[in-house]
Amino acid sequence: MSAPQTLSYAQAAALALSEAMTADARIVALGEDLGRGGVFGQYRGLQQAFGIERVIDTPISEAGIMGAAVGMALAGLKPVVEMRVIDFALCAIDEIVNQAAKNRFMFGGQGRVPLVARMPIGIWGASAAQHSQSLEAWFAHMPGLLVVTPSTPQDNYSLLKAALASGDPVVYLEHKELWGETGPVDTAIGVELGRAAVRREGSSLTIVSWSRGVSASLQAAELLAAEGIAAEVIDLRSLWPWDREAVMASAARTGRLLVVHEAVRVAGFGAEIAATVAEELRVPVGRVGAPRVPVGYAQPLEQVSRLQPVAIAQAARRLCG
Amino acid sequence: MNAPPTERLLALFRTMMRIRAFEDAAEAASQGGVQAFGQSASAQPARVRGPLHLSTGQEAVAAAVCMHLRRDDLLTSTHRGHGHTLAKGADLTAMMCELYGRATGTNKGKGGSMHIADFGVGMLGANGVVAAGIPIAAGAAHALKIQGSNAIMACFFGDGAVNRGPFLEGLNWARVYQLPVLFVCEDNRISATTPTGPMTAGAGTAERARSLDIAAETVDGNDVVSVDAAAGRLVEQVRAGGGPRLLHAITYRLKGHVSIDPGAYRDPAEVARALESEPLRLARERLLADGVDGAVIEGIEREARAEVAAAQAVAEASPWPTEDEAFRDVTTVAEGVWQ
Repeated sequence: MSAPQTLSYAQAAALALSEAMTADARIVALGEDLGRGGVFGQYRGLQQAFGIERVIDTPISEAGIMGAAVGMALAGLKPVVEMRVIDFALCAIDEIVNQAAKNRFMFGGQGRVPLVARMPIGIWGASAAQHSQSLEAWFAHMPGLLVVTPSTPQDNYSLLKAALASGDPVVYLEHKELWGETGPVDTAIGVELGRAAVRREGSSLTIVSWSRGVSASLQAAELLAAEGIAAEVIDLRSLWPWDREAVMASAARTGRLLVVHEAVRVAGFGAEIAATVAEELRVPVGRVGAPRVPVGYAQPLEQVSRLQPVAIAQAARRLCG
Repeated sequence: MNAPPTERLLALFRTMMRIRAFEDAAEAASQGGVQAFGQSASAQPARVRGPLHLSTGQEAVAAAVCMHLRRDDLLTSTHRGHGHTLAKGADLTAMMCELYGRATGTNKGKGGSMHIADFGVGMLGANGVVAAGIPIAAGAAHALKIQGSNAIMACFFGDGAVNRGPFLEGLNWARVYQLPVLFVCEDNRISATTPTGPMTAGAGTAERARSLDIAAETVDGNDVVSVDAAAGRLVEQVRAGGGPRLLHAITYRLKGHVSIDPGAYRDPAEVARALESEPLRLARERLLADGVDGAVIEGIEREARAEVAAAQAVAEASPWPTEDEAFRDVTTVAEGVWQ
């Protein structure tokens, strides 16, 4: 039996990757600055442990990195691709959307693309419009991709392992503001892709969120509890596949659904969940997300795009009212 | 340079002839389906539907380069990739079935002409996006190096691709990691319907490769003997661990951008001149000069056309994919862990 250890979200990912690379010689990692541990320390020690052939420092060539990873995968490797921030992954959109996501299907099952593309999301320290986006809905829209959004160190350990084992291209979205968050990590805990976690139980309404939105939702639930509103908070953990069963069961019981995400609200993935629940259960639904503006640099502007527990609580009250 | 033995030239001619016959038949089967390029839609739907990009007139490049590849060598191709795929050894009948969209196709009818792949012969896929195969090829070559294989990668692309970013990123990548890849620019001198020359700054493809310290050769891509010799030299260097090389083969696209495009935007005199030096004609003349009996050459052509006709008959009789195939090979996470 393994004893849980206290790790940061970044350390948990490094541990998962290290263990997976030890167990499977086909796994390689490639991206910019990996030899120095990655921008956020999420690869710390790996190049020293596995060598420059398996932890590959690359030129700043996002299309080249993702394209090369597709080729590596088709030729029998399992690449972990670092995109630095999701905003830069847009330079590799053909490679992920037209190539990685399509190959297995359009080649009639010949060849698979078991790659994990790590694309850190979210607002982080005044990083402004091109380093702060949450674009998970873009990728959730895309057949052929799996989309994973860990919110805790334990999940970043367990979900990264699950992503590596899935055998299909996974868009793996770590939130930049979570890198330093610490928590217990038990290496014996496995998490299946597509299984949500109930982070707080409640009977008044269901709040569904993921990534950084989970802690904002839990803070909102605290505010609501003081007023006698018992919010159930579900962490979706992966957006594709998303755990319909868990969400439906909870919303059927509470009779109300609120979806919370840091991404822009318009055409966000919250719309998909809210629509699905409304269609199937006919319960009232609501959404909280950022206004449709670029993330501003100055603090008051950045604040406009951040999830506010107070605003989440307000939306919950409206649903319960 | 010594001329290759007649037997080798006959083998190259046979490959080129099979490509020509395959594409001629596919072209005929693709007519009449849609209203485009001045053609009106007919009541009789085309048997080969969708964009069909023909490499007619470019066969020498595919045949001669692939002559130097082993079965375990890898290949990436383009939207104009029937020739490369056939020359690498893919099954002609399965390819025809794929064009017909049948379940018996190389891709089970799920890809069509632009996405033909045959992993069994190392053919990692044609590509509907210009230049997209270049970084993929670099990555596959990277995998070969990591795996300690002595197989190599051949990466075909067209002249239009050299103006896309992945050309720079993929070539730089291959040189930085000294990867076993032969880049082949099959230069048919036209990007869809626009001549490539005026759209391309500087001294062109080979010079762009040399600027990245990748040795490059330029050859007459219509002369199968020249391509054979140059490809032989470059493949040997790549296989010896010398890192990437680039072959720039200048040829001419005899047909339009797609099969239903008559290419009316081109000067008829230019096309007439091109027909004088098209690769099958040149190879035929050379064989005759080598003393090969004309009847032998005609026999090869007859055989190729018969093989293609038989493949079409198989395709016509083959079943369509069933609807459940639309849901297969998307992702399997819900079905369990894949190893």
